Amino acid sequence: MKKINSFEELEKLRKKLKGIKDKEKIIISVCMETGCIAAGSEEIYRELRKEIKKVKNKEIKVIKTGCHGFSEVDPAIVIYPEKIFYIRLSPNDVKEIIEKTIKKGEIVERLTYKDEKGQIIPYLDQIPFYKKQKRLVLSLNGLIDPENIEDYIYYGGYTALSKVLSGMSPEEVIEEIKKSGLRGRGGGGFPTGKKWEYCRKAEGYPKYVICNADEGDPGAFMDRSVIEGNPHSVIEGMIIGAYAIGSNEGYVYIRHEYPLALKRLKIAIEQAREYGFLGENILGSGFSFDIDIVRGGGAFVCGESTALMASIEGKVGEPRAKYIHTVEKGLYEKPTCLNNVETWANVPFIINNGWEKFAEIGTDTSKGTKIFSLVGKVKNTGLVEVPMGITLREIIFDIGGGIKENKKFKGVQTGGPSGGVIPEKYLDLPVDFDRLNEVGSMMGSGGMIVMDEDTCMVDVARYFLNFLKEESCGKCVPCREGINQMLEILNRITQGKGKKEDIEILKEISDFMQKASLCALGTTAPNPVLTTITYFYDEYINHIEQKKCSAGVCKDLIEYFVNTEKCTGCTLCAKNCPVNAIEGERKKIHKINKEKCIKCGICFTICKFNAIERK
Amino acid sequence: MRKLEVDKILEKNGWSKNKIVGILQDIQDSYSYLPEDILIYISEKLNIPLSQIYSISTFYRAFSLKPKGKYRIKVCLGTACHVRGGYMIAEFLKNKFGILPGETTEDGLFSFDTVNCLGACAIGPIVVINEKYYGQMDVRKTEKIIKGLENEKNKQF
Ligand SMILES: Cc1cc2nc3c(=O)[nH]c(=O)nc-3n(C[C@H](O)[C@H](O)[C@H](O)COP(=O)(O)O)c2cc1C
Ligand code: SF4
Ligand code: FES
Repeated sequence: MKKINSFEELEKLRKKLKGIKDKEKIIISVCMETGCIAAGSEEIYRELRKEIKKVKNKEIKVIKTGCHGFSEVDPAIVIYPEKIFYIRLSPNDVKEIIEKTIKKGEIVERLTYKDEKGQIIPYLDQIPFYKKQKRLVLSLNGLIDPENIEDYIYYGGYTALSKVLSGMSPEEVIEEIKKSGLRGRGGGGFPTGKKWEYCRKAEGYPKYVICNADEGDPGAFMDRSVIEGNPHSVIEGMIIGAYAIGSNEGYVYIRHEYPLALKRLKIAIEQAREYGFLGENILGSGFSFDIDIVRGGGAFVCGESTALMASIEGKVGEPRAKYIHTVEKGLYEKPTCLNNVETWANVPFIINNGWEKFAEIGTDTSKGTKIFSLVGKVKNTGLVEVPMGITLREIIFDIGGGIKENKKFKGVQTGGPSGGVIPEKYLDLPVDFDRLNEVGSMMGSGGMIVMDEDTCMVDVARYFLNFLKEESCGKCVPCREGINQMLEILNRITQGKGKKEDIEILKEISDFMQKASLCALGTTAPNPVLTTITYFYDEYINHIEQKKCSAGVCKDLIEYFVNTEKCTGCTLCAKNCPVNAIEGERKKIHKINKEKCIKCGICFTICKFNAIERK
Repeated sequence: MRKLEVDKILEKNGWSKNKIVGILQDIQDSYSYLPEDILIYISEKLNIPLSQIYSISTFYRAFSLKPKGKYRIKVCLGTACHVRGGYMIAEFLKNKFGILPGETTEDGLFSFDTVNCLGACAIGPIVVINEKYYGQMDVRKTEKIIKGLENEKNKQF
């Protein structure tokens, strides 16, 4: 492909693509990203390609795309234009799909989604999971091949860039973003337009823009999905941002554990260069900008702005005190604008549609949409994009379909290790940066982990502290020692050795850490502990006084035993016990040796007759 | 030593001190760990104190100073996998292999690590063996896969 040298040439290319693509009457899209591939979508894709070749019809195309979001039913395909949605496929289903749906236009009912009452819902848009969503950032996920820039261009990609470079001043761009009310999606919620303005006004050159794709919160995969499904939206946003603040050099700092996202991002950047969206004299405008990829090293703290910049400079990723903000002195001591993946991906929409269209979605203080990864004990797990202001209940029960196995909802964790657990009484809270802060949690980057009656809240608090203990960089004492002390106390409580005064001590340490830690990792670390103490106080008391874990999670407080009435003597448990703690002959009732048992729960999960019980 | 290969990696990264994290990543990718002789070589070539390279190698989780096994098993202990019982899989592997996360079995066949989220949370618990992702795992399925790998080994010898 020859470089595109002007705005007219870009439109010409789009027209040409229209000519080609409008002939593709049926598009079968197979989602191929980390999660879907794990579920087996690669095999489906291969089989479809093979079978479609035999049909010999140029109007039918099979493409691999980013995720449609409904991970629970993967591997799945969508057949356009009607958006027929086939789920939980195996390669054996492919022939039937081609014979019936592709050739004759019939629906294969057994492969469609069925609602609670068993009603068949063949079309994607009618499935409850999608009904309440609003897809701006994810609008092209599932529709375009992320490894083919022409797909993005065909659907209007790089028009925002073209609009900016051909007729907007940097100040106008910043004004547009400011008016839209866009706030950072990386967790803090800082107004994006303001950040750009500060950085534009800061003295010094070169200036840098950085995309934070470190996505360290466990249980969150929004940024990975955006990059794997539509990397060009992020790149386009970054180029526009760079133009607005006056930068010619950018970086994407991408998480170590995301090999596929890294691969797709590399391809996208190379293609953008080849087509002239990156590099010298972009679209003949005189503006130059390029992006380099830096792989993270697998340290959570490197998601923090100053640590991330230290890491790009080839240093150990430790935060520094922010007397001077990174917009003034960031990477290599130069003015730097750092934004999250999703923040950047929102920019093309705002420029294309105008700030009003964006600002009309959401609440007073939180505009636009937010992507969440809805996971844990919820029925419909997956990636959801919802308008700000929607309630947690709508997300978990209407979109998510409620709790798995019809168990009882207990709480929802948002904001990762910096956030908290929100209990049932706040389920009607709207998704809004400030409202979530009020109840001690935070919007965070978008992980939403649903917990049910089988989740122990003391264990959840302990889990996050254990995580943070590994991830604290250790530079400042309040965080390093505070986390250690709190973890020790929580370990004690979960082992049944807790004391009543422990709760007060936890609160005291929390207070100290919030006031004295150097970076936000330390100041927010107490949140999971404080919220669980506030909302699930009884559970703490249960552990401390009765030495009981009602959720059956804390190992030292539970016991496994054989229900003698149900045991058939099948020997399965005995064979699978890793420490040979189960004794018994074939067809005779088995017995667990309590001395040996390490309470791993294997027998409990493995028994086909539910003969192993827990107390 | 494998100077040529290492030089290629240094070349790719422009012999730049600033790219040391990236350089170490490329080394880790090629050798599945950071061999001592290579670290010494890099320290001399790029004029970075070995102590600094050591501190970077131990700060970031992506690096390992010991060789990994033929089958590198990662168990996700991210929040979503944790609440769905991923920790039981880790517990099982600890007992099964008699090693702790980060270690390798004596025969060099398996190494086992835990990781905080692999971004496939919707189908957790997740186990990754070499580059293959397995979703909705439990102890039983993990055991089956490992048995399969062990059998494969027996066939080879
Ligand atoms: C310990 C810690 C980890 C963080 N991890 C991330 C992350 O993984 N991704 C991210 O975008 N922001 C992360 N942040 C927030 C960033 O410091 C920064 O605020 C954000 O990237 C700015 O982008 P935004 O304004 O677009 O949200 C983290 C902050 C802290 C304190
Ligand atoms: S608060 Fe924790 S992570 Fe942040 S600088 Fe201090 S020790 Fe490091
Ligand atoms: S929590 Fe395990 S993949 Fe995210």
